[in-house]
Order: sequence, then C-alpha cells, then structure tokens
Amino acid sequence: MFERLTERFDDIFQKIKGQGIINEKNVDEAIREIRIALLEADVNYKIVKELLAKVKEKALGRKVVKSVSPGQAFVKIIHDEMVNIMGEGFSGLELEKNKPATIMLVGLQGSGKTTHAGKLAVYLKKKYHRPLLVAGDIYRPAAIEQLKTLGKSIDVPVYAGDTDMSPPEICREALKYAEQNSLDTVIIDTAGRLQIDEPLMEELNEIKKEVTLNEILFVADAMTGQEAVNIASTFHNKVGMDVVCLTKLDGDARGGAALSIKYVTGKPIKFAGTGEKLSDLEEFHPERMVSRILGMGDVVSLVEKAQESVDHKKAKELERKIKKQQFTLEDFLEQLHQVKKMGSLDKIFDMIPGSQRLKGNINMQDSAKELKKTEAIILSMTPLERKKPKILNGSRRKRIARGSGTRVQDVNKLIKNFNQMKKMMKMFKNPKKMARMKQMFPFK
Amino acid sequence: MKFFKKLQNRLKKTQETFVNRVDTLFKGKKTVDDELFDEMEAILIQSDLGVTPALDIVEDMRKQARERKVREPGQLLELFKEEILHLLEGSEKTYAFSSSPFVFFVIGVNGVGKTTTIGKLGWQYVQEGKRVMIVAGDTFRAAAVEQLQIWAERAGCTFFSKPMNTDPSAVIYEALQKADKEGFDCVLVDTAGRLHTRGNLLDELKKMNRVAKKVIPDAPHEVVIVLDASTGQNALAQVKTFHEHLPLTGMVITKLDGTSKGGIAVSLYHDYNIPISHIGIGEEVEDLREFSAKDFVEALFLPDENKTAEKQQADSST
Repeated sequence: MFERLTERFDDIFQKIKGQGIINEKNVDEAIREIRIALLEADVNYKIVKELLAKVKEKALGRKVVKSVSPGQAFVKIIHDEMVNIMGEGFSGLELEKNKPATIMLVGLQGSGKTTHAGKLAVYLKKKYHRPLLVAGDIYRPAAIEQLKTLGKSIDVPVYAGDTDMSPPEICREALKYAEQNSLDTVIIDTAGRLQIDEPLMEELNEIKKEVTLNEILFVADAMTGQEAVNIASTFHNKVGMDVVCLTKLDGDARGGAALSIKYVTGKPIKFAGTGEKLSDLEEFHPERMVSRILGMGDVVSLVEKAQESVDHKKAKELERKIKKQQFTLEDFLEQLHQVKKMGSLDKIFDMIPGSQRLKGNINMQDSAKELKKTEAIILSMTPLERKKPKILNGSRRKRIARGSGTRVQDVNKLIKNFNQMKKMMKMFKNPKKMARMKQMFPFK
Repeated sequence: MKFFKKLQNRLKKTQETFVNRVDTLFKGKKTVDDELFDEMEAILIQSDLGVTPALDIVEDMRKQARERKVREPGQLLELFKEEILHLLEGSEKTYAFSSSPFVFFVIGVNGVGKTTTIGKLGWQYVQEGKRVMIVAGDTFRAAAVEQLQIWAERAGCTFFSKPMNTDPSAVIYEALQKADKEGFDCVLVDTAGRLHTRGNLLDELKKMNRVAKKVIPDAPHEVVIVLDASTGQNALAQVKTFHEHLPLTGMVITKLDGTSKGGIAVSLYHDYNIPISHIGIGEEVEDLREFSAKDFVEALFLPDENKTAEKQQADSST
C-alpha cells in the first residue's frame, strides 16, 4: 500500500544512521526529505507542515540520549507522531445504540460506495448479522440495478423503494421493511456527491432526520490528492461522519489521504477495500499502517494471514511426512495452495520488513506465473506419478508438458527442484547436518 | 459557455460573494517577498501539481522575478500563469476522425467516470451529425452494461453489448465488424475500471487492442485515459503503467466542477506528453468541454470560494 513512501524513508534513515548524532543540520536535511516524501504520498500540505514542526522540535530535544542510535530515535519520533494522528487499534462498528442498526454510506462520485456497501454486507453476514442493502442512489444510471445485482450475488436482500420516492422516503420505508423481515442491520447506499453541492448535501441531512443512524460511514478513495482534506472536512461539517473506509488500497497509491482525513476529522478509518471481490474488505489497522509507512513492514498482518490460511491438521500431517520422508508432489501441490490462499505474492511480499528494497529486483508477476505453471504441471500428472515421481520417463514427461501447456524442460526443472527439496528435508532430520546447512545461508 | 464561466457560475451559486481573484489570493499583500513565494508554492502543491515540479517552478519564478524586477503581487501571479501555460503548450487536443469508423478505447482506474464520459462524448459527436456506436466492454462490474445503455439512449447512440462476463475482446470483435459493415463514423469502447497494478487486467487491454486490429487494422485510433481531478500523485504511476501497455493518445479530466484543481495533469503532460481533449464538469449529458489550457490555468489559481467565505466569516466575527 504505502510502498513508495516506505522506500523514501528507508533511504533517509539510512543516511541518518550513517551519521553520529542528531543535530540541527542533519535534522533539517532529513526533514526536507521527509517533507517531499510525505507530499509525494499526498499527505496534505498543511498537515505535513504541522507534523514536521512537531517532529523537529522533539528530535532536537532528544539528542542527548545515547542509548539508541540517532536513526532509531528519529524513526521513533516520527512513528509516534504519525501513530498519534492515525490513532490506535481496530474497534468494530457501533451496532447497539438502536435496532435495526443503520449505517449510511456517503462520499464523492466514484469513491466506491456501492461496492463497499456490498462488501460491508458480506462482512456483517460473516459476523452473524442479517443485513439489508438500501438503494438510496436514485440519480446515477443503473445504480439501483448494480446494488440489486450485488445483493443477489451475496444473497442479501436489497430494498429499492418505488421510482417516485425520494431517498429519505426510501430509507424510512427500508427500516420498516427491515423490521418486518427481522433484518438487524441496514446499509444505506447514497448517491455520490460533491461536497459543495448544497441541495444534495442537504438531502443527506434529510435522511438523518428521517431515520436514526448508528454510523455515518465516509467512503474515500485512497488515491485522493491534496483535496482529501477539504472534501472530508466539508462532509464532516455539513453532514457529519463517524467512521471512514479507504477504498482501492490494493493499488499502489501511497495513501497519504488516510493521514489527512484522520487529521482533519478525527474520525477513525475502520475498513480498507483491497480488491474487486466482495470479500476483499479488511479491517483497517492504523498503527500497522504507520509501521508500513516507516518501512518496518507489517509482520503482524503476515502472521495473521498465515494463521488464517494454514490448516493446522494439514500442517501437522505435513510435518510427519517430512520426517518420514514421504513428502510427495501431491503434498507439494497442497503447499502451493496454502501459499495462494494467503493472497497474491505481491501482498504477502509487502508485509515483509525491508522488502521494498528487494522488490525492484524481483518481478512479482513473473513469480506468480511461475507458481501457476508449477501448479499446472503437477495437475497434469496422474495420482501415481505425483506419489512416485521416479516413474516419470520421457514419454510421460512429454505428455505432462502437453497437458499443462508447458515445455518438457519445465517439467524436468520442476522434478529436479522437487528432488533437491527432498534432499534438504532429509537434512532437517539430522541436527548436525542442519547446523551445517544454516551456515550455508547468508541470512538467519 | 466556457468552462471557466461555468465554474464561476457554479461557485457563485453556492457563494453569493465573488471577490476579485487576485485580491483574495494576495489579501493584504503589497509587495513581492519570500512569504508570497511560499504561498505560491502552497497553492501549486495543493493543486496536486506535485512537489518536485512545484518547487522547480517556484525556484525558476524567483529568478525571473528578480531579473524582470517584478514588484507587484498581481504581476507575479501573471508570471506564474504564463509559466504553467508554457508547460502546457501543445496540450490541447481535438480528435481527428481521420478514418471511418474512428475507434476510441476509453480506459482508466475504477470510479473515474469512464462511462459518463463516453455518454457525453457520444452525445457531442451525435450533435455533430456523426453516427456513433457505444460498446459495452465492461462485462465485469455489476450493472455496468445497464448504466452505459442508459447513457447511450440519452446520447442518441447505437448501443452494442453482450451478456455479463463475456470476454471483452469478443465484444469488441463483433462490435467493430458491425460498425464497419454498417458504416458508423465513431465507435466508443467502454472498458472495465482496472487498477494499473493488476497485471492480468492490463494484459486483457492488450488483447482487446490486438483483436480490434484484426477487424480494423489501424484501430483503436485513439486510446483515451480518463483521470479523476481529485487524484493525487498516484496518477503518475497510473498513466505510466497504462502507457507502457497501451500507448495513450488522449486524456479527459473529470469532476473538475468540484474543488479539486487537477494540477497533476500538468505533470502528466510534461512527463508523458499525453494531450488533453476534454474536461468533465457535471453530471448532465452536455457537461463536457473542450480542454482549454488557458482556462485550466486560470482555474488553478482560483481561490477556493468556500474557504474564502469561511475565512471572511471568521474575520468578521472576531
């Protein structure tokens, strides 16, 4: 998400680390660089100014501390300031105050409200709620149709009202509908609007009068530039907002808008849209995001992802097989699937600390293609071949290559790699050899 | 009505007071000093022009102001406008319609307003007496086809679509055959919104390009990227990647009726030389204007009326 900014910080801190101590001169240099990095990340101009003033003040005061390196101290100051702005920890939506719990989505055109409404419904369903989607956008062509299609695909009812009803009326009736059908949460999709469009902004206030809302959810595009500040604060002042969702975070936008929006509204960002599938909604973790900005990586998310996707029984079974040296291509395929379940290679890689530097050298898409190829080859083998790769003679290999759309060389390569892997696994069994192997690796 | 006029009117509608621009911008400023240059820097950066270009321009202007002995803030403002106008030299584009059918691919990330832009473009070309076909190449997003169909009806264009999840390339192949056979002047192909980080979706674009050429060898004649004015620096990455996969020949900036200035367009034109044909300034079918570099630059320095009014209110209440 915040790759580029992270890259910049990496460079800057590398510089500071090389120098002895934080002084007026190197602080200014670092701050100038950070200013550019933050601005390039679309953090608002004024916020950058205020943030850096605070950072500088604190950094200069800190130079007496000798137990840590100047670089580390500096990182900590900026990190803390940004965490201060972003706030800490994820807390769920407020769904208790009144029933059915009603959430209204607001935002500019194209920020992703309708898609997010669908995602939110999926999310709430997973938490054992019974959501209702309400089509409050009567202006954009086929917006109602879009919500209905989404609703159908996730098996969530959609209330659209009649064609002559105004959005506030639709919302009022939708709540009745929810009560009659014992649906406990209501998600209102509204039309996208410019924050300076007075009549449409007033319409949102009309809805507020008509129904009691639990949360107003402001949907913002992660790619938004400097205006994020004005857009968010105007929505906040004219209509109000309780929580924020940042969409399109699966792109490579540096997402400084996140910092800007939180700074001017004080409202927590709770969700991140990270893909086109309706299940691509993540709980937003502000403190992890700051860590990512600072190039510390997001190990917590990585571990969580791994835990989510790895089937523990299967993992145990695999361990047993490795010990007994019964590891087959079938198991190898299983492993591949486990990795795939964690998400795209890109996403996983992003979470590893320091990966930003490496990223330039590795073509993620090629690696992903390679994985796919491997999968295709194994899938083109018979069960017996997967268990006993030894029987793979020339003609079998030719058949597999044809079946998987690859070349015989690719099949050969895979088998060679697999055999090497097995050899390595043999060493795992033997502690002495294991120690020797560790020395072979440049990293720990 | 010129875009700038319309913008002014729009702002007037929300705020009755419309004060002289230069006065507001340089409220209470009599001389050209460092503070003024800082203010110019802030204006440029806050228009999303990008920090490095903004710093470069301000540095350059400092030098020029010194050389030309500029003392009036108003003069300095003109100097800045000239400079940015200079950067935008040659950026205004009109589509040539050099062959028939003339095929447009309209691409961009999700939510920038591709479908709306196509509707407006179609309407404009129909007004010019052209026979226009609109092709639903977004077979992925829910109800995208329906949305485009409504726009096609509004615009008076022929509409071509296939069921959801059809391979967009297949849709294009058939559409172009039909357009060629039936003598359409213009074909506008909508595409699914895609983030530029999605490799397989970019490959899909390339395929659409190859397939179009099978029917009409020099199609698509124009590949137009639609850019949301509120987009920040990520627009650079977007355009770079799209451009590498399918060379872009034109740009439309949408949602300029909001408070965003779309300053990133200056950097985009400067870096990739992609000219700008139109701007979107509303939700009605006629809310599309030809891009005028001069008006764009004027708007760049137009103070935010909302903020100005708030400031005045705050001033008067104290």
